[in-house]
Formats: sequence, C-alpha cells, structure tokens
Amino acid sequence: MTTPRKTTATRAGLDHALHTIEDGVLRLGEMVDVAIQQALRSLAERDTSLARQVVNADAAVNRLRFETEEACLALIATQQPAAGDLRTVVAAMNIVSDLERMADHAAGIARIVLRMGDEPLLKPLIDIPRMAEACRQMVRDSLEAFVRRDAEAARAIAGMDDTIDGLYHQVFRELLSFMVEDPGTTTRALYLLFAAHNLERIGDRATNIAERVVFMTSGEMRELNPEPRDTAHLE
Amino acid sequence: MDANGRPKFEVEDLDFFYGPVRALRQVSIRIRRRKITALIGPSGCGKSTFLRCLNRMNDTIAGTRVAGRVLLEAEDIYDPEADVVELRRRVGMVFQKPNPFPQSVFDNVAFGPRVLGLASGRGELEELVEKSLRRAALWDELGGRGEEPAMSLSLGEQQRLCIARVLAVEPEVILMDEPCSALDPIATLKIEDLMRALSQDYTIVIVTHNMQQAARVSDFTAMMMLDESRSGTIIEFDQTRKIFTLPADQRTEDYITGRYG
Repeated sequence: MTTPRKTTATRAGLDHALHTIEDGVLRLGEMVDVAIQQALRSLAERDTSLARQVVNADAAVNRLRFETEEACLALIATQQPAAGDLRTVVAAMNIVSDLERMADHAAGIARIVLRMGDEPLLKPLIDIPRMAEACRQMVRDSLEAFVRRDAEAARAIAGMDDTIDGLYHQVFRELLSFMVEDPGTTTRALYLLFAAHNLERIGDRATNIAERVVFMTSGEMRELNPEPRDTAHLE
Repeated sequence: MDANGRPKFEVEDLDFFYGPVRALRQVSIRIRRRKITALIGPSGCGKSTFLRCLNRMNDTIAGTRVAGRVLLEAEDIYDPEADVVELRRRVGMVFQKPNPFPQSVFDNVAFGPRVLGLASGRGELEELVEKSLRRAALWDELGGRGEEPAMSLSLGEQQRLCIARVLAVEPEVILMDEPCSALDPIATLKIEDLMRALSQDYTIVIVTHNMQQAARVSDFTAMMMLDESRSGTIIEFDQTRKIFTLPADQRTEDYITGRYG
C-alpha cells in the first residue's frame, strides 16, 4: 500500500480550491433551505414583506452560484484536475446550477404570495407544507451525501422525491375538484397549484443533485427516478 | 484471430534483471496496433526499461537478463533465432534528447536505408528521404534545405528529424521515450500532432512524465509503479479516458491527482 508522501504545495493548493468550491455549494444549500422555509411561511402567514425578502435574496444566490462556477472553471484551467478531483469539480458545477434553480422556485412561491395580495387562502395548507418539508430534507440529505461522498445515501434520496410527487398529485386532484365544482375558485386554486408545482420542481432538482453525487463517487451517470410509463393515475 | 484482431505486442510475465536486481516483475500487457499507448508512473519505476525491452535495446547493456515472453505479431522477439537488427528496424525508437548525427539532414534520414539497402539508386533514395521528411512534418519547414547540417535545426526540428530517421526504414512500431521533455510547448504540440497522424499507420508506445500529455495524446495508458520488492510492474492498464476520469486502482488515482510523490 503506497503511503502518500508529504503533500506538495500544488496539491495543497488544489485541495484548498476544492474546499472553497465545496463551501460554496454548502452555503448555496443553506440559502436554498432558508428560501424554501421563508417562502412557505410567507404563504402560510400571508406575510408579503417576508415574501419580498425572499424575492430580493435571490440576487445573492445568483451571485454565489456564479462565483462558485468561476472557482470551478479556474481550478480546471490552472490545475488540470483528473479522476476524482475532476468528477468533483464537474459535479459541483452542475449542483450549484440545480441549487440556483431551486432558489428560483422558492422565489416563485414568494411571487405568488405577492400576487395573491389580500385574497384568503382557498383552503388550509396541509400537503403543501409537507411537500416543503420533504424538499428541505432532500436538499439537506443530498448535500450531506455530497460532502461525505456517499453514493448509497444519494441513491436513497430518490425515494423522497416519490413522496413529493405523490403529494403533488394529491394537491392537484384536490384543487382540480375545487375548480370543477366552483369555477369561481379557479384563481385561488391556481395560486396554490403553482406553489405546489414549484415545490415539485425543487424535489426533482434535489434528485438531480443526488444523481450528481452518485456520478462523483462512482463515475456512473444514471437517472435515479426514470419516468413511470403508466401515468393514468394522474387523471 | 486475424491480424487486425491480434494485438501488436503481447507481453507475457516479463521479468527483467540488471544483474541481480529485478527491475521489472511479471509485466503483462497487450499493446493494440495503430494506437498510442502511454506508460506513466513515478521516476525509476521501470517505464524506460520496459520500453527498451520492446526492441531489445537493453541487450546493449551488460549483465541484463530477461524472462517471460515479448511477442511481436505472435513471434517471440527474445527467441535465440530472432534477428535483432531486423527487430530494431521494425520497432524504432526516439529518445528524450534529440540525437541527430552530425551530418546533413539528408544523410541523417538516408543512413538507415543505405545500411539496409532499401533503395536501389540515388533517385529512389531521394524519394524515400522526402517521403520520410514529409511524414515527419519537416519537409515543408526545411524548404528543400536537405544539405543543411542537422545540428543547425531547432530542437523541435531535430526531434522530428529523428522521427523521420525512424520512419525511413519503414517500421511498424515507434517507441518514444519522453520525446518532448527537451522541447518548448509549441514544439511539443507539433510532435503530439505528428504522433496522432502517425498512429494511423504505426503503433506508438510513449513513456512520458507529463500526465496532461498522456491524457491528450494516448488511446491507452498503463500505470507503472514499484511494488513491495522494488520491482516495476503495471498496476493498471485501460483506455486513457477511463484512467483519467475513473481509475480503478487507488494508487493510480493518487499518482495522477498528485497525492503521491
């Protein structure tokens, strides 16, 4: 078994650069977690100033995403990473893109709150907050799997996306029946549907992150949740 | 298996000794024809020693001994009946430091064909020299300066002249021992372009310390290392793409990511 000799300054520089990138990913993850949490609270509590905060915070997310991508680019250009290092950098670039999109979706929910204004919620929120919690859990789990390079944990995350999809379809059916029974509820139903849709997309993005973690550790690129062939249950 | 399916070289359990010292242990590899195979690994792990086994250049060193088999087109090159001169025509070598003869460009390239009687008459010889210089991407640059002394060429041109010299005797394999170490980046890229072009017709095996070069230029990469008994051996051999994105052996990963020495 070869024992690595004392690290060269170059290798230490590379490790430092990787650390910075990993840091960027985790900070973005935190920002996404806050955005989801606050967007849902603004919806539940009809808090338009909180909603505005979420929308405004999106700029910082975009900035950090680009900073982290640039760090990845610089590392590739100056260090010619290979093997595990290369897969890590490529995975990180994709992950920050997914995280940025997640934050967009959270901001999308906040924008719905702003658009709703004073209109009362169509119905008490039950499944939508569940979806949000599941999303936050998926984000936390996928980033932990990233840090620990744990492909098994990453693969397990796909199961949570099924839960979110299930809840979404429930929300869909429920709101649909509202709209069918009383077309006057359509606007308010659609607000909630779009909010749920944003959360469903966040779940998909979290699955993407999990796929990237699997790729990073094993070199295997594979969809974790292939499209179900039977979509009849959507009717 | 027909000629196209068979590897150019099949090395089987090759051991190599400098006197009592076992420099190579149980090296086995199949080198594909008309592909570029790179040998990488830390200094002193036996890459150049192994390369020199492929055309028996090590024979010129006293006290060396070989065990195992090196098959070129299914024939053991270490067979006592083997024609070593013919072997070295078929399997040419380019060295780290360009080593043209202190003669004209023309005479450098013509040397081998003259010795081997490959051309009958000046006309044929000139054709052969031109063809070799063209193949080595040197003809246009020289612009007909065939009588120019080889030593007046730049290092990059000298190295291409050495390649032309190898090509002039119509080899099948070109061995390259760190061919670009002495060259500037532009000359290096020209040699790499040349290697790619030549691999259409020749099998190329290159030893290189430059991992980016191995990654850029080769189709297959063999990772060599000293084992516990300080003998060199191949620890991993695969498509270059795989070695540099997902090596199977942790030691390979440690080496190419700079975590080892």
